Amino acid sequence: MAKRKTKSNPSLSPPPPSHFPWPLSSSPPLATAATICLFSLLVRVMVSLGPYSGQGVPPKFGDYEAQRHWMEITIHLPPSDWYRNSSDNDLLYWGLDYPPLSAYQSRVHGLILNASLPESVALRTSRGFESHASKLLMRWTVLLSDLAVFFPAALYFLWAYSQSNFGEKRAIMWLLAMILLNPCLVLIDHGHFQYNCISLGLTLGAVAAILLNNDVVGSILFTLAMNHKQMSLYYAPAFFGHLLGKCFKRNYSILHVVKLGFVVLATCAFVWWPYIHSTEALLEVVFRLAPFERGIYEDYVANFWCSTSVFIKWKRLFTVESLKLMSLSLTVLAFLPSLVQQVKYPSNLGFLYALMNSSFSFYLFSFQVHEKSILLPVLPASLLALQEPQLYSWLTYYSLLSMYPLIRRDKLLLQYIASLGLFLLVFYLPDRAHSGVNRSRLYYKNLIWFVPLLGSVVLHAVYLLVKPPEKYPYLFEALMMLLSFSQFVFFTLYSNIKQWKLSWYASGKKDL
Amino acid sequence: MAASSTATKSPPPPGASFNAAAWIFSIATCIKLLLIPSYRSTDFEVHRHWLALTSSLPLRQWYLDTSSIWTLDYPPLFAHFSYLLSLAASLFDPAITSLSSTGSHTPGTVLYLRLTAALCDLSLFFASYRLISTSRRRSLFTLVLVLWSPSLFIVDHVHFQYNGFLLGIFLLSLGFLEEGRDLAGGFVFAVLLCSKHLFLVAAPFYFVYLLRHYCKGGFFRGFSRLVIMGTAVAVVFVASFGPFIYHGQIKQVFSRLFPFGRGLCHAYWAPNIWVFYILLDKALAFAFTKLGFNVETPMASFTGGLVGESSPFSLLPQVTPIVTFILVLLSMSPCLVKAIKNPQPRHVVRWVAYTCTCGFMFGWHVHEKASLHFTIPLAVVAMNSLDNAKHFFLLSIVSCYSLFPLLYEPQEYPIRLLLLLTYSFLMWVGFSSHFAPAKKNGLVGWVSGIYLVGLASVELYGQFIHPYLFEKKLPFLPLMLVSFYCAIGMLYSWIWQLIYIMRHT
Repeated sequence: MAKRKTKSNPSLSPPPPSHFPWPLSSSPPLATAATICLFSLLVRVMVSLGPYSGQGVPPKFGDYEAQRHWMEITIHLPPSDWYRNSSDNDLLYWGLDYPPLSAYQSRVHGLILNASLPESVALRTSRGFESHASKLLMRWTVLLSDLAVFFPAALYFLWAYSQSNFGEKRAIMWLLAMILLNPCLVLIDHGHFQYNCISLGLTLGAVAAILLNNDVVGSILFTLAMNHKQMSLYYAPAFFGHLLGKCFKRNYSILHVVKLGFVVLATCAFVWWPYIHSTEALLEVVFRLAPFERGIYEDYVANFWCSTSVFIKWKRLFTVESLKLMSLSLTVLAFLPSLVQQVKYPSNLGFLYALMNSSFSFYLFSFQVHEKSILLPVLPASLLALQEPQLYSWLTYYSLLSMYPLIRRDKLLLQYIASLGLFLLVFYLPDRAHSGVNRSRLYYKNLIWFVPLLGSVVLHAVYLLVKPPEKYPYLFEALMMLLSFSQFVFFTLYSNIKQWKLSWYASGKKDL
Repeated sequence: MAASSTATKSPPPPGASFNAAAWIFSIATCIKLLLIPSYRSTDFEVHRHWLALTSSLPLRQWYLDTSSIWTLDYPPLFAHFSYLLSLAASLFDPAITSLSSTGSHTPGTVLYLRLTAALCDLSLFFASYRLISTSRRRSLFTLVLVLWSPSLFIVDHVHFQYNGFLLGIFLLSLGFLEEGRDLAGGFVFAVLLCSKHLFLVAAPFYFVYLLRHYCKGGFFRGFSRLVIMGTAVAVVFVASFGPFIYHGQIKQVFSRLFPFGRGLCHAYWAPNIWVFYILLDKALAFAFTKLGFNVETPMASFTGGLVGESSPFSLLPQVTPIVTFILVLLSMSPCLVKAIKNPQPRHVVRWVAYTCTCGFMFGWHVHEKASLHFTIPLAVVAMNSLDNAKHFFLLSIVSCYSLFPLLYEPQEYPIRLLLLLTYSFLMWVGFSSHFAPAKKNGLVGWVSGIYLVGLASVELYGQFIHPYLFEKKLPFLPLMLVSFYCAIGMLYSWIWQLIYIMRHT
């Protein structure tokens, strides 16, 4: 019988016991990808067991209440009233400040909630509604959005990555795990409660499409991302530079530019359809999207303005108008080198670096940046995890440090520790050497690396256990912000240099 | 290709293997940390109460106390273990060890007890690490199968029990027996029996095996060894039960340990042979009623105790604890005969797993959590061959699915589903990579495939179709369906194990 024959066959014996749990390079790709996706989904579900932002904190609560309120508004009022102050829609209580696609998404989710638990989204009477059932439903809407948008985009990107010749491809499953298990995204979306997975997923899909030379699809997806959260504009210079550079490399470049421009405008018109009938309606929405009156920074965010405000009191020295101009010019100056590099020497790998550089430049110098916006540079860093593993792990760690006060306010400390632990464990896979992940010895055993790390670990403990002095109640937040900012500056400089280095290698060779 | 290149590489140093094992345990620990805020069953209060009991009251009152309905029903060594845990509890939160409970638990209590459950799993880690280091055929993937078992996560770290700790002791004893260190194995098993008496079902096997394997070599040597083993076991029993014999409480202790007032089945029927028996009885009653015969509906129920002479069965003969005891012994007998004829250490794990399966299939008042007692040892031998892998694949999915009704809240639904799905795909990946050349015999055959699709349909029916069709009526129907369907899978596993033991050991 066949069974008896195979029993004596020596090649059937399993590999030596000291090999990693399963040989990464010979495991079936589809099943491995499915396992990683299921595990990432499991981690998200477990993190969502924790509290959300503003849980049990009246009168304003937090982002969770904001999302719930938007569901209430969008299912009961017509689109023209969504951005307008009225008796049913008090813009001072969590008024809509994201573009229309967010509003449509809120409506869809609101309909789901309305079907099972109408009192959670009833007009005017559901302010501050909190119950176990509504928490479950809201959490499930985030999970469904993640599953519907971010996960397919990550798989699409993986496919695009394997088709491009970036070099090391054996560890592509590890890359998928790095993209999906990023603790910043998991904690913010499924802990604090937000829908970043949709805009980041759309952006990721756009990146994948562009890597596969589907520029039209990529432009549509990125326009949708921008219309979901205006923060996606942080990536716009990279997309613009790369696509422009590619157009110039083709014959009839002006035709391609016009084609892409038309596609972008058409998508925008489609999304903004209820508001383009009059300039007044349009301006109403635009005014909500850019709240300049809130000042150049709020709370403690590890960007240029907030960090240097320890020494130079920007808010006192300059008016809002002049600060707007200064931040605009600094931001443009910061992303200009990367933009120019992509226009002149467009390449797939350079595009990924450009995404990181342009989002960093906006994070560091833009107006009204929130600490959660660090998610935007983290995404391209995760896509580059195989090229720059150390950079990615350090960026993730310091991003988490910069969000630590937020995490503590939300009481998500347990989830923070566990998801950071899981990320570091998967990052430092025991079998990495065999599976082809290169270890760039950039930071290894350097003082620049070790001293801030030690300081940050100490800060984590001190922030929880020690009371700050009376004179400086926000001392620890400021220290964490300064520490993260110093590392972010280093990352930005490093990745800009790396991006330019690519064009020095690529000059004369084929497209990377 | 990568497969051939690994054969030519020199084996990594032994430290690397421990690193990988520690990595596996750390990932499991992170998952346990994330599960801290999840649902807790009454078992959580049970264990907290025992912590309070053992730290507040002196030894002679442990089995007499009735300040709570959660009386101590584990043997004395587990009570001592609870006492050890309670020593550090006061540092965390004094509410942990207070005898009077308000019903709701402070965050400190939850954190402390959950952390102890996660930390005590170290015993499982070390025992299984020992098992894979001593055998050439077991790879690190065996450790993955044991430590990342979804049943353990569900029962130990959500529902809340200390099975990981006890299974670690169990695997330690099995490891000693495999290495030929019978005295150590017997001693550790005695310790286990005095910690959780449910493992008594494996005792006949241990007795027979140790008698044949350890106490051999002529009359005098065999007899002296018997005395040594007997002394070792007696020492353990005296150390644990001695104080209670001294206080004259031994009857009370045994009445707490063996509450035979309970019925044949738990409120939710464990997927064993009795499910078929009960359903057959109901079907026959229904058929006979339709045919015009007068069938009395029974007064007693299956889950209640033995009510005098009345039987919960309408037509079929009544089942008593003696009957189940005889059936368990009868089903174990082929294995015992094999152990008597040729006691080989390398088959110990398989034999013991089989005895636990028999206990599960035919026992009295079996809880579905008892399936852990044989799925974990079978995980240890799952990597031996493709057939073992195929059997384990099916068994672990069925036994984990049968545990689903333990977590009935909607919040835990995605968690239990994803735990099972992730583990199934992980098994698929691991088994496919290890047994790669055998492309002809896939991991899942036709019959298994259809059975698994049926399993998914049962779940779909129970979750979505049944509430839609019946709303709140007939709430027990989906549970009955789950029990029945899983019982088919368990029956298959029992028969498969029996055939394997008869053929290959």
